Amino acid sequence: MRTWERFTLAERMARFTVYLGVVAAIAASLQSVEVIPEFIADAPEQVADMLRRMWPVAWGFYPEGVHEPLMDSLHIASLGTVLAVVMAVPVAFLAARNVTPFAWLNYLAKVILVSARSVNTLIWALLFVAVFGPGALAGTLAIAFHSIGFTGKLLGEALEEANRGSIEALQASGAPWLSVALKGYWPQVRPAFWGIVLFRWDINVRESAVLGFVGAGGVGMALDTALNLFQWERAATILAAIFVVVLVAEVATTQLRKRIL
Amino acid sequence: MAARTGSISRRAFPPNWAARAAWLVFFVYLAYAASRLELTPARFMAGLEHGGKFLSRLFPPDFHRRELLLKGMVESLQIAVLASALGVLISAPLALAAARNLMPAWASWPARAVMVLCRTFHPVIVAILFVKAVGFGALAGILALTVASVGFLGKLMTEAIEEISLKQVEAVRATGAPFMSVVSHAVVPQVFSRFVGFVSYETDANLRNSTMVGIVGAGGIGGTLFAAFQRFDYDFVCAIVLTIIALIMAGEVLTLRIKKAFRV
Repeated sequence: MRTWERFTLAERMARFTVYLGVVAAIAASLQSVEVIPEFIADAPEQVADMLRRMWPVAWGFYPEGVHEPLMDSLHIASLGTVLAVVMAVPVAFLAARNVTPFAWLNYLAKVILVSARSVNTLIWALLFVAVFGPGALAGTLAIAFHSIGFTGKLLGEALEEANRGSIEALQASGAPWLSVALKGYWPQVRPAFWGIVLFRWDINVRESAVLGFVGAGGVGMALDTALNLFQWERAATILAAIFVVVLVAEVATTQLRKRIL
Repeated sequence: MAARTGSISRRAFPPNWAARAAWLVFFVYLAYAASRLELTPARFMAGLEHGGKFLSRLFPPDFHRRELLLKGMVESLQIAVLASALGVLISAPLALAAARNLMPAWASWPARAVMVLCRTFHPVIVAILFVKAVGFGALAGILALTVASVGFLGKLMTEAIEEISLKQVEAVRATGAPFMSVVSHAVVPQVFSRFVGFVSYETDANLRNSTMVGIVGAGGIGGTLFAAFQRFDYDFVCAIVLTIIALIMAGEVLTLRIKKAFRV
């Protein structure tokens, strides 16, 4: 008699291996991670101390020391996103198998996208600070290079999903490749394109706030200074400002997305 | 009809003036932002010259301080694993509470607010606050990344639960099953494989960030990296960065395997 089974033996073995691996990893980490119990016991007092130092929040510090770096952060996020899109579009065309019918070019593009993504924004920032010196230029380039991976990958996938019909029609009429790209692919990927750009900009607004910790410009530098001098009431002002900007950016992107898509 | 014959010379694709104005505003903004940040070609070219020198100091990578490197990487791995585990433990019940198709508004709104709050700040900023609260070390990193995981996993899981078919829920309810049985027999089977996908994605993200939180003293390889960088120890920096990239790529391959095992 045969009984119905949802998963084959191999599948069950594979799942069991994964579960076992996950449990082993957690157990090993729990056992060996260095945690100092005195520090945990001290935590409530430290949090209370932090909140006491943060209060009253130094709102007066906003116009003199927060507004300008905060706007710089926003500019870094926007310029970085634009630069990333400019660099990612050609790579996305190369990565899409229906646009570029050469396997080695697809592969090359994928390698570019994966390696751009594997290096964290802050590591890119460190490298660019070493090359261009501290400041917004390093931050903008860091945001741009890290974002290539994300935008290029998603854009490439959108291109691969494009319908062949209008593209074949254009090619049959003898249209040059630029016309095929502009009149064939672009109208089809436009909604996805704007969605990807807005999504990435939203992420980059968050990321641009921490670039300053490695000297790459923006509001993070002001926050780093305030923390190093233990000026917690100023740090609180900066955190509140970042909070508002991030929320506004999220609401703005969701609204724009609704209108564009 | 008169209007139509009058517009015979009408263009097939009339210019969209609103869109053109928007593009103009956009380019003016870009120019303004670039000038505000003092991004000039001259600075860029000067940097490129400098870049050659920097690259030559990066190579060859110096793997001599293997112990320091290994210790930092292991700590980063521990942070990523524990933060992901804690994140799942917290976000799964939170997502259930936030799902509007199963829960009343008084439960879903607070749960959603917690998730939005967890997502607002970059993990590195959250790490600063935890370093103040629980001191330097891996614990601050674990807690910071747990917060980030709750934000993202919670959002994705909530959306997945809200997309389930309610037929199964109704069927299980009709048998008189209590709430927990409804969850375990009607909700979990529908979302489980998607959850595996989300968790492996978040573990990947935690792995990336666990190499970074060290910059503010929250444990892991990031502290070693930043210290080496500030000492202009560029060949060691190169070794650390290469190791991080290798680890992240290995993590991606592993999560791909796991997703295959669960047919995500």
